[in-house]
Amino acid sequence: MIDEELVQLLSPEGERVEHPEYQSTLSGDEIFGLYRDMAIIRRLCNESTSLQRQGQLALWAPIQGQEAAQIGAGRAMAPTDFSFPTYREHGIAWCRGIPPENMLRLFRAVSNGGWDPQKYRHSVPTIVLGNQALHAVGYAMGIQRDGAEEAAITFFGDGASSQGDTLEAFVWAASFNAPIVFFCQNNQWGISTPSSLQSKVPLYRRAEGFGFPGVRVDGNDVLAVYEVTKRALESARVGGGPTLIEAYTYRMGAHTTSDDPTRYRIDAEVEVWKHRDPVERVKALLAREYEIKSSAFDEVGAEADVMALKLREDVLAMSRPDPITMFDNAYATEHPLVEEGRREMIELGISAGSH
Amino acid sequence: MATTTMTMAKALNEGLRRALEKDKKVLLMGEDIGKLGGVFRITDGLQKDFGEDRVIDAPLAESAIVGTAVGLAIRGYRTVCEMQFDGFVYPAFDQIVSQVAKLRKRSDGAYTMGLVIRLPFQGGIGAIEHHSESPEAYFAQTGGLRVVSCSTPNDAYWMIQQAIEHDDPIIFCEPKSRYWEKGEVDLDQAPHGLFETVVRREGSDVTVIGYGSTLKTILRAADTAATEGVSIEVIDARSISPLDLDPMVRSVEKTGRFVTVHEAPHMASIGSEIVAELTQRCFYSLRAPGIRVSGYHVPYPPTRIEEDYRPTVDRVLDAVDRVMGFEN
Ligand SMILES: Cc1ncc(C[n+]2csc(CCOP(=O)(O)OP(=O)(O)O)c2C)c(N)n1
Ligand SMILES: [Mg+2]
Repeated sequence: MIDEELVQLLSPEGERVEHPEYQSTLSGDEIFGLYRDMAIIRRLCNESTSLQRQGQLALWAPIQGQEAAQIGAGRAMAPTDFSFPTYREHGIAWCRGIPPENMLRLFRAVSNGGWDPQKYRHSVPTIVLGNQALHAVGYAMGIQRDGAEEAAITFFGDGASSQGDTLEAFVWAASFNAPIVFFCQNNQWGISTPSSLQSKVPLYRRAEGFGFPGVRVDGNDVLAVYEVTKRALESARVGGGPTLIEAYTYRMGAHTTSDDPTRYRIDAEVEVWKHRDPVERVKALLAREYEIKSSAFDEVGAEADVMALKLREDVLAMSRPDPITMFDNAYATEHPLVEEGRREMIELGISAGSH
Repeated sequence: MATTTMTMAKALNEGLRRALEKDKKVLLMGEDIGKLGGVFRITDGLQKDFGEDRVIDAPLAESAIVGTAVGLAIRGYRTVCEMQFDGFVYPAFDQIVSQVAKLRKRSDGAYTMGLVIRLPFQGGIGAIEHHSESPEAYFAQTGGLRVVSCSTPNDAYWMIQQAIEHDDPIIFCEPKSRYWEKGEVDLDQAPHGLFETVVRREGSDVTVIGYGSTLKTILRAADTAATEGVSIEVIDARSISPLDLDPMVRSVEKTGRFVTVHEAPHMASIGSEIVAELTQRCFYSLRAPGIRVSGYHVPYPPTRIEEDYRPTVDRVLDAVDRVMGFEN
């Protein structure tokens, strides 16, 4: 165990860990399902990184190291819950059933969103740190007023925990006992800023001061993340109010493909976290406790390769939008300045093929 | 005269370095500006040389960066705040508009808000959303603030130092798409005052006025126009608030025609202001109405199509044709 405050059900070696409050409720098949999710999203993430390296994406924000945090949380959500992500929640998007190529539309710079958020009950990415936390609280207030047994969940990083919006969201959630889960992935870094600069106490403990419970979970332990998130969502749905979950994890890769982490962090730190790999530990559990054969893991690998190839093809086929589409959806109803711009563009003879 | 060639990024870095050397009260504060040297490396090496107390890596909160810079100003420090990108200045908008701009007035002059807010602005780098915006007009509308923009390495080097020395708060807009372009920097002598508008190229038919990233576009348009027999006078506004109108008036009195160019939409924009002022001041010299070339009145588009949003050489030339062809 990294520290005693941490909820952990699976050690880095893949051994079961007893916890007084949380027990894993998942069957072997279900655990294998989580493994599959993590292995596939990791593969797709790596494919995205190479697509960026090959000039096919403007940028990519990798999630390597954070697969358990995202898959555990994503699978704990009910279909009726609604999530509010940042730019890095590819694992959550995967759990919401969003086609992988849609996740890459933003990063290929052909869209500022990428999917229908109402259809998947997963909002469009929010890049401005902390903004989405307030949206999630407002959504939760709506749930409350509808008398629905649903919850909202919002994702943000250790860095974003310093933003006013995030902290204001805590206040509002507490004031209105909103059905919301604040899911903070403390991946130890906000670009080059260490999480120690953002908070001098473990982040989860901030919740107490705002008047709701906080839990620190081993973010590299998918079983623990799943149980902790599930319980927090269940509590929110039945009037138990907000919970802050701090998923203690690590950003194994660069902040984004534009970043060079060798400028600010040492290899030794990355090495330590390599031994806490979220995918390897659940694999070890499955092999030992459920006698899953290596061929089963290989099959997932092959399945992931096929998906990665399809993702690549889909991305390459994603063409430059027709510039005239920039005038769509700026307003719900006609606006003279938008129409003027549209006319000007048509007069200039600009179309999708003009560059 | 000691001149040397460097990029705008390096020129800003050297300018900041000189300001830190000259005045112990100068501080830099921003996200990732220390060890990383900023995402654009504008502050590269400065924390190493001036220490963590003077080059401060901030927790991630823009409102706090500007809000604490206000307190530091009250305590006699001059803080250069780096906003990582234009689209991330808005969490600090309240502090800038409600406090930075108003505290001198509210304190009857007892407080000097000598702080600089550096804003990498405008598009053209193929980024994702919020990394390509032009918020200058929001700030220009606010009494109490000054807004400037550099377009060359030499200006970057000198204007950042002049801005830091100035006693009013300054929004310092840096055209990020030009950070890596090189130019001559004169290390001995500032070329102009901070709030001076300059003529970058003389011409006789049409005056084209821009700032920041659009200057290069305008200069290219002027080259093309020259081959077609149209002589463009290119003006770099440099100061956005206040506008230095006299050089513009002189130019338009000569040419009788003008066009403004910026990436921000034209509604309530710097271009609108220039058109209004020049129409009023040069009415009897004008042979055509002033035309604004600008971004469109929509959110900045996904950047695969940003070059159809930003003013291009073609759009500038189109506007030049329109003012040239205007008959009354
Ligand atoms: C308001 C705002 N300021 C600055 C940025 C630039 N920025 C993008 S990600 C990032 C670091 C965020 O760190 P964290 O919240 O820990 O999330 P992580 O990237 O580690 O997932 C910064 C500073 C931003 N997106 N929004
Ligand atoms: Mg982080």
